[in-house]
Amino acid sequence: MLRVDVEKQLGEFSLQASFTGEGRVIGLFGASGAGKTSLVNMIAGLLRPDRGTIVLDGETVDDTAAGIHVPAWRRRIGYVFQDARLFPHLNVAQNLDYGRRMNRLAPDPAQHARVIDLLDIGTLLGRRPGKLSGGERQRVALGRALLAKPRLLLLDEPLGALDEGRKLEILPYLVRLRDEANVPMVYVSHDAAELRQLATQIVMLKQGRVTSLGGVKMLA
Amino acid sequence: MSDISPAEWTAILLSVRVAIIATLVATPFGIALAWLLARRDFWGKSMLDAIVHLPLVLPPVVTGYLLLLTFGRRGLVGGFLADHLGIVFSFRWTGAALACGVMSFPLLVRPMRLSIEAIDRRLEQAAETLGAAPWKVFLTVTLPLALPGVLAGMVLGFAKAIGEFGATITFVSNIPGETQTISSAIYSLIQTPDGDAAAGRLVIVSIVLALGALIAAEWFARRATQRLHGN
Repeated sequence: MLRVDVEKQLGEFSLQASFTGEGRVIGLFGASGAGKTSLVNMIAGLLRPDRGTIVLDGETVDDTAAGIHVPAWRRRIGYVFQDARLFPHLNVAQNLDYGRRMNRLAPDPAQHARVIDLLDIGTLLGRRPGKLSGGERQRVALGRALLAKPRLLLLDEPLGALDEGRKLEILPYLVRLRDEANVPMVYVSHDAAELRQLATQIVMLKQGRVTSLGGVKMLA
Repeated sequence: MSDISPAEWTAILLSVRVAIIATLVATPFGIALAWLLARRDFWGKSMLDAIVHLPLVLPPVVTGYLLLLTFGRRGLVGGFLADHLGIVFSFRWTGAALACGVMSFPLLVRPMRLSIEAIDRRLEQAAETLGAAPWKVFLTVTLPLALPGVLAGMVLGFAKAIGEFGATITFVSNIPGETQTISSAIYSLIQTPDGDAAAGRLVIVSIVLALGALIAAEWFARRATQRLHGN
């Protein structure tokens, strides 16, 4: 369970968001500029709220009043960015293994094989990110985040940089991920159709404020 | 080239040794400073930047003289190092290495700084979300991506160090076998009757070393671009 109650001033823009998320996929919906990315950056620990608390599964990762700010690298919250951000100096296999190495987790060949199979990236392992298509890059980024065994996975418009055809290529993987990977997700998008397919709960954000909370039906 | 005399070889080898030591010792400081200047904002940053570049614009004689005042046997730092650690710089090859290191430092730092600045910081954020502590982010993402720039800085620093003259001769003089580098050997030779041929040979050696270093730096810079594009 994720409980967020934060305030952040970013220049002229003020973000004030409060919601409790339960269920497998929390869809964070809003137009561009609504503050979605800033909000997930705060959940990830990359951005510090001015005021407020963030609690994940009973662990307080941010509490400004108590002076608590768990740094991003200790949160075990995975993040898939819109622009993949694969490490250009590492090949796909090394990118996938990065999170496991950094967290000093024992090798888990079964999970490794499952994720590679789920995302269909077995043939890409020896390649450098520069030699991948946009869709392939995003699948590898998903695998890399999953293999670090996160408690929560943030996906910030993971299809945003892809054209229509590529989106349809990745969407089924995301559905499989939701149904099989067993990691709760926060899925950010400005595309209602995408969220209708994936989300189990919707948090609607408008100009830095949460305007409504509820089931996927509210996007209809 | 086969008629390079033993004395000339001594000067060449000393120059190479001095430049290698100067570069190797300066590199960790260079990386730290490059990172600081590229990534941190702090009070006095432009002052620090100016001080780093000072040897580039000060007359080398002035830099050498300041080194003599500071690191000489009776200097503030030099006296302490000599009394407590037994490290002596004045009129030793170690002093030549110090002078070369200081003089080449701006050239060594610059490509390192540029290559760190060119790294997409969002990659470092991605590493953090994957569980990498800040020092691991530096070692596994920042440094590998900056490596071609680091090497280019080392090559340029080496090239500058091997040709250093003014600060070195002021600080540690021109003692054959101890502090006489290629540059100071050429300087002595052209003041000696019949020294022209020997000076000419050393001039050719200098040109070859400098050109080689510049070509190497260029090659590393090209590698850096490729690396950042993930090919």
